[in-house]
Amino acid sequence: MSKDNPTLIESATFPRHVIAEIQRAAKTGIYDIRGFGAKRDIPTFDDLVFLGASTSRYPLEGYREKCTTEVVLGNRFAKNPIHLKTPITIAGMSFGSLSAQAKESLGRGATIAGTSTTTGDGGMTPEERGHSKTLVYQYLPSRYGMNPDDLRKADAIEIVLGQGAKPGGGGMLLGQKISPRVAQMRNLPEGIDQRSACRHPDWTGPDDLEIKIQELREITNWEKPIYVKVGATRVFYDVTLAVKAGADVVVVDGMQGGTAATQDVFIEHVGIPTLPAVRMAVEALQEMDMHRKVQLIVSGGIRSGADVAKALALGADAVSIGTAALIALGDQSPEFDDEYKAIGSAAGFWDDYQAGNDPAGITTQDPELAKRLDPILGGRRLANYINVLTLELQTLARACGKSHVHNLEPEDMVALTIEAAAMAGVPLAGTDWIPGKGGI
Amino acid sequence: MIEINLDKSSVRELNEKLQGGSVGDKFSINNTVGKHALSVGLTTDVDVEINGHVGYYCAGMNQKANIVINGNAGPGLAENMMSGEVRVTGNASQYAAATAHGGLLVIEGDSSSRCGISMKGVNIVVGGNIGHMSAFMAQSGCLVVCGDAGDALGDSIYEAKLYVRGKVKSLGTDCIEKEMRDEHKKELQQLLSQSKMSHGVEEFRRYGSARKLYNFDIDQVDDY
Ligand SMILES: Cc1cc2nc3c(=O)[nH]c(=O)nc-3n(C[C@H](O)[C@H](O)[C@H](O)COP(=O)(O)O)c2cc1C
Repeated sequence: MSKDNPTLIESATFPRHVIAEIQRAAKTGIYDIRGFGAKRDIPTFDDLVFLGASTSRYPLEGYREKCTTEVVLGNRFAKNPIHLKTPITIAGMSFGSLSAQAKESLGRGATIAGTSTTTGDGGMTPEERGHSKTLVYQYLPSRYGMNPDDLRKADAIEIVLGQGAKPGGGGMLLGQKISPRVAQMRNLPEGIDQRSACRHPDWTGPDDLEIKIQELREITNWEKPIYVKVGATRVFYDVTLAVKAGADVVVVDGMQGGTAATQDVFIEHVGIPTLPAVRMAVEALQEMDMHRKVQLIVSGGIRSGADVAKALALGADAVSIGTAALIALGDQSPEFDDEYKAIGSAAGFWDDYQAGNDPAGITTQDPELAKRLDPILGGRRLANYINVLTLELQTLARACGKSHVHNLEPEDMVALTIEAAAMAGVPLAGTDWIPGKGGI
Repeated sequence: MIEINLDKSSVRELNEKLQGGSVGDKFSINNTVGKHALSVGLTTDVDVEINGHVGYYCAGMNQKANIVINGNAGPGLAENMMSGEVRVTGNASQYAAATAHGGLLVIEGDSSSRCGISMKGVNIVVGGNIGHMSAFMAQSGCLVVCGDAGDALGDSIYEAKLYVRGKVKSLGTDCIEKEMRDEHKKELQQLLSQSKMSHGVEEFRRYGSARKLYNFDIDQVDDY
């Protein structure tokens, strides 16, 4: 219903944004490609709350009593596991989708905060390696910029099978962002729309993956932890197979996870939310007696220390952030509102990461725009943000009486909705009812 | 000649020795029995002779080394090779030289499907035939086929060059036959002599990208 004219009723089936999309499709003949993550309303960690300690359990004194946050990743087979001060890591985002300055900022911020950052499609840049104390190297289907020298320079290797924003889909980097440097790194002509394959070129199933992992270990002297990243769909089976194939760490990315450029229909309609994905992954690990032996990193829509605490309480060892890290660097900043408006968007709504004209200078290859982001300042902002999340996480863990954030457990939480109770496997608040318990 | 017998040494010991080799070192490897990930991640100009069949990813990510396999090779032979030379006297399975960035791969026998998939600068010379979907999304480098090519050769190809002596069952989307100019004849001649194949360049035809898929165009939608 319109505010000004009560006789105007907006259709629930055809609201304005649906009408606008039909009009856009009719005009252009191409599906909508965009960045950011799913925008629809889905069950999230917001639907869970913690049961702070009182008589039955006692809390820890804030700022006084220790609540440690260190995490070790990849100690199953790797000689050199990763040690982090906080369980909040930076997700893989490609150079190409992001400017060199943005990649450098992520490295600087992660390093100050004592955590890791991750390369992405298109390979490793010297700026990124140089400014990241702990750098995870992604091994992707496209193998753009894949170089064994860089593999050996990395601290860990992440085999990407999928992404939450587009499980089963490949990548895209539209021509506007294929600058000479990006083109050269990817061995492609400048300015063409560049497609990244949706599956790896040299294996098909989990049995082959096991041999691939062996090969990567042989090339890197069994030193580096090997992560396997999957988009959340059939999480129980995918995690089981990744562990069987020999992964040290499994990364599960929920459907609301960010992307640089994906079809809107893919972002909104493929994959399952992060909330049930964590529980399913933990169940798979527990069933194999591998929980805490193979570490679980969860991503997709992590925004606050509360999200981190809830993911950990459900059994994750660490989380990864993408979109929130970009926002911390300056994405969506009101400072650029006029410029967002000039390109048909607004601060807080900007999702055209694929377009290359990002006013904040983050998702661009335009040297003038990219200059707007000062990597030192960006790194500082990101470190501040990670530190805030870590403090929030500790606050919640202490309130539940935990001296290490990994001691948080599902029993510390209840759900506010039946959906969240079923998905997360914790009781609906005020009841002992967990809908669907016993299923996977 | 340093001999390594895989009956006695593990794959780990083998790769450690090969990776630690110095320029000019010569290795001979026996009793391979189809083991995987043999002779991977080499970075120096050593000579490696492998006697017997090998499994997946033999010579993976090779840099500078010269590797000869006297036998057949499993999937992913010389995947992501950067430089050096790999030669197999028998046949190779799927995805030979997948995503390889440089160097020369010579397959004296046949190569199965997806040979040269996403190749990024490597040169591949196949003495026999190649299977379907070969040179899929091939970005750069040359694929020379002295026999026939299977279905959908060079589908979604970028700037790689394909030279085929025999029949091509079908060309993939956006792959077309192209004129053989002098520069191509020269390039092909060089690859043939480098790989010790005796065919004449005039027996070959060249295929490459029509470049119609480079930027999305709704009127080409049926080709995607
Ligand atoms: C700009 C951008 C680029 C990305 N590039 C990659 C990539 O190259 N490889 C990959 O595995 N995931 C990529 N992702 C996904 C992230 O690794 C991660 O899964 C996701 O951002 C997590 O969800 P969040 O954004 O809600 O934190 C990208 C995400 C963004 C926002």
